[in-house]
Amino acid sequence: MIWDSNFAISVFPLLLEGLGVTVQITLLGTLLAAVLGLVFAVLRRLAIPVLSPVVSFLVVFVRGTPLLVQAYCAFFVLPAYGVSFDALTTGVVVIGINYSAYMAEVYRSGIQGVPKGQWEAATALSLPGARTWGRIILPQAIRTVVPMLGNYLIQMFKDSAVLSAITVVELMATAQAIGSSNFRYLEPLTMAALLFLAVSYPASRLVNRLERRYAPQH
Amino acid sequence: MSAVIDYAPLLWQGLLTTILVTVLSGALCVVVAFAVGLARLSRHRFLSWPAGIFIEVFRGTSLLVQMFWLFFALPFFGIQLHPVTAAVLALGLNEGAYAAEVVRGAIASRAKGQTEACIALGMEPALRLRRIIIPQSIPAMLPPFGNVMVDLLKNTSLVSLVTVADLTFSAQMIRSTTGQTTAIFLTILVVYFVLSYLLTLLTGWLERRFALDRKAVAAQRKESRLMKVGAA
Repeated sequence: MIWDSNFAISVFPLLLEGLGVTVQITLLGTLLAAVLGLVFAVLRRLAIPVLSPVVSFLVVFVRGTPLLVQAYCAFFVLPAYGVSFDALTTGVVVIGINYSAYMAEVYRSGIQGVPKGQWEAATALSLPGARTWGRIILPQAIRTVVPMLGNYLIQMFKDSAVLSAITVVELMATAQAIGSSNFRYLEPLTMAALLFLAVSYPASRLVNRLERRYAPQH
Repeated sequence: MSAVIDYAPLLWQGLLTTILVTVLSGALCVVVAFAVGLARLSRHRFLSWPAGIFIEVFRGTSLLVQMFWLFFALPFFGIQLHPVTAAVLALGLNEGAYAAEVVRGAIASRAKGQTEACIALGMEPALRLRRIIIPQSIPAMLPPFGNVMVDLLKNTSLVSLVTVADLTFSAQMIRSTTGQTTAIFLTILVVYFVLSYLLTLLTGWLERRFALDRKAVAAQRKESRLMKVGAA
């Protein structure tokens, strides 16, 4: 028998613990990405000299480079300058910044989708800039953005496995550690895959349903 | 910077491996995308169901898990893959699952009238796909395919974790021998960025090349150039 069920059952609690960390990374990372992405999108839209082009370039640069290399940079380069966090914090910040670049694009399209008349109406009412953004533009923009954020959340959940390379002890790292200490990779890796599927498949179904509900009515 | 210069040949080797893995898995990705995407659209359940399961499994689990599974778990079934083979398979199948949805979406959104016209002309389904439907769907597929390819290129960095000596692997090796971290990682960040930028340019070129109405695209570009001049 290739598959050892007893072994599989005995390591299952450990894997669940790893899954817990993965979920934690995903939620914190998404929160960070959602906030940073919004900041980036607004900064780009405001067209502030120097700052906006720099933000634009950073967004493109982050999108054009691998998450793994970004993680290595944060994990190995920063300590050389006396800045060091534990692996988990580094991981959350790296994946949050990585996804903020994608979310900035999503917000941008959401902001662009707000009809011009809304801006004109705000100007006509001589609303100050902050209130125009906070009360008129963003509430409408974010509504259309919600399903996309859901998609990125699921994507991040799976991508967080990459953080195992910088010693974050999430699901993938747990599976690997179990594998290498028992010389049996089949059960832990297969169960890790199934756990990923068990979370991401229902989640993507849910997001699909949200997508249909939030779809702009034309 | 001295480490980057001293170890340039090693980085170059790594870059070549990265490009090789990208090209091989990119080719596999396109094959998988069309095979699975078309199977998903099939009216035969024994074709469309397995395709659906394939897509959900490969999109629903992490690429890294898939790569490790092929590399570490498959030997338990007596199948020992070369690291590059495992890496290319994992990348091609994973990104292929995403690209299959691109193919399915593009073909499903074709105008119904085209299919009806084919049927009216008595075209066989295979001929209809090959001559009419697929060529027409290509322009719609190109932008999302470009995204998948950029994604694939970036994800090739994961192959360093299954001992393939790609660019990231070389960088790690140089870091551990020289201790020079900043220069080496910033260098490969820039290299990856340049590679993905080149891929974006290539996709843009292909989009213009395969646009259904090339004259309209050219006119649009001319207009946007004029607008830029006007703005300046």
